[in-house]
Amino acid sequence: MLELSRVSAGYGSFQALFDVSLEVRAGEAVAVIGPNGAGKTTLLRAISKLIEVSAGEIRMEGRSLGDVPAHRIIDLGLSQVPEHRRLFPRLTVEENLRMGAYTAAARPKFAQRLEMVYALFPRMKERRHQMAGTMSGGEQQMCAIGRALMSGPKLLLLDEPSAGLAPVIVQSIFDLVRKIREEGYTVMIVEQNVRQVLKVVDRAYLLEVGRIKLAGSAAELLASAEIQKAYVGL
Amino acid sequence: MQIFDIFLLEAVLNGILFGGVLALLALGLNLIFGVIDVVWICYAELMMLGMYCVFFLHKVHGLPLVAAFGAAVVLVAFLGVLLHVLVIRPVLNSEPINQLLVTGGVLTFLQAAATLAFGIDFRNLGVSMPSLAVGEISLPWSRISAALTALVAMTALYVFLKKTYLGTAIRAISQDRAIMPLMGVSPSRIYLLTSAIGGALAGLGACLLVLQYDVHPAIGLTFGPLTFMVCVLGGLGNMLGGFIAAFIFAQLIAVGGFYFHLEWGYVMAFGFFIIMMFARPQGILGAK
Ligand SMILES: Nc1ncnc2c1ncn2[C@@H]1O[C@H](COP(=O)(O)OP(=O)(O)OP(=O)(O)O)[C@@H](O)[C@H]1O
Ligand SMILES: [Mg+2]
Repeated sequence: MLELSRVSAGYGSFQALFDVSLEVRAGEAVAVIGPNGAGKTTLLRAISKLIEVSAGEIRMEGRSLGDVPAHRIIDLGLSQVPEHRRLFPRLTVEENLRMGAYTAAARPKFAQRLEMVYALFPRMKERRHQMAGTMSGGEQQMCAIGRALMSGPKLLLLDEPSAGLAPVIVQSIFDLVRKIREEGYTVMIVEQNVRQVLKVVDRAYLLEVGRIKLAGSAAELLASAEIQKAYVGL
Repeated sequence: MQIFDIFLLEAVLNGILFGGVLALLALGLNLIFGVIDVVWICYAELMMLGMYCVFFLHKVHGLPLVAAFGAAVVLVAFLGVLLHVLVIRPVLNSEPINQLLVTGGVLTFLQAAATLAFGIDFRNLGVSMPSLAVGEISLPWSRISAALTALVAMTALYVFLKKTYLGTAIRAISQDRAIMPLMGVSPSRIYLLTSAIGGALAGLGACLLVLQYDVHPAIGLTFGPLTFMVCVLGGLGNMLGGFIAAFIFAQLIAVGGFYFHLEWGYVMAFGFFIIMMFARPQGILGAK
């Protein structure tokens, strides 16, 4: 479904990604793990075209993203939950969800998808008239995921959904990711919570200083000495 | 002096009517600042051009007043877009001081250009509307209709911002511009639309003002600072705050002018503004 071949990207003269190649197949859940500053967020920004790639190519269902403007990426079925959630704090929960259904294709399905999101997150229905910025971290994460689902994406990109949340909430966020998979979404998830994320995905890539260091099934990576030593901390 | 003074009541009512117009003027400037984070210092000069537009189309070329009004709104909306593309967009990420300087430059330019093109004469639209007389109170219809139009325009804008996708995007973009493309929103298009709406509001303001005031190249100096102060008093970018501040300001001017002299009304209003800037520098409803 999504294919990156030898992608390089960065900020100005600073290069953050080097020759990154990876693939997400339809129906899969794939994780990208790696330490702080590895370039995980940069990778998702490049896929959503928030930054330009300097070399290489990104394809979604065979279509190159090279000439697609950033605000049209969502029309290809790519939806991102950005790092730190980035809700519109002074819009209500429901208005945030409305923004998620902004595209012409999504608007007619707004009511239907709103019900779907409220069924997935009953808490959001209770809070629908609350300002998003006044909710707890876990609630905000639910709202951010709901917002990304409002466009009816084929592939959901999640950037550290468990960051900054209490351990109990972290658990419920991973349960949620599992549930979203069962709904039939393809998922690409960036995480530092390695042990937890490897339990919910099929495959994973290890990114270090902008390069893919390891790739394999979740079980393979979990068993690898490198991951054990540096990330799982056993 | 009597306890209940009928002329004081008239002054208060006039203040309310003037407040409605001031609120509309502040609305466009607040919208632009709230969304794009840039102050159109030349806002009142755009109104001046709108006033000339109405004057020439109606008085000189004999177009019906309503058609002249429509043309002025469209013209100034277009000028707003032009201002954004030619002047604002290049300095969007510059220091605020640079942004103030360029729009200030446009102010001077428009004033000078208007002087060259139209001369320094005061021109009067010459539309005389009767007054509404209730007992001893008389209120000019030009003021009443201006205030009512302002009210309708403000309500329409409110509904648009609250109920539509575009309106929601306009409110959202001021909170997080960088992620707007993830929603499928092109920020530059939202900025163009916002500039057009801000311009249209300035154009509508021009229509309301030209009914009551003569137009001349420096008219912007009368209403520009006033509009700006109303916005700052309410909390720059805060539309509800601007709305409240407009009525406070107008009331001070009207009632102060009634007790002393019209000029004193302005002195009181500006004095109040200065005190408030010490007491509540962020504005009545401003955050921070
Ligand atoms: N806007 C930016 N401008 C310049 N450099 C940046 C910018 N954003 C990130 N970088 C740099 O790019 C590199 C990769 O950053 P990135 O945010 O992609 O890392 P990350 O893997 O997401 O880290 P974390 O786990 O802390 O979120 C870092 O060295 C960072 O300093
Ligand atoms: Mg990151």
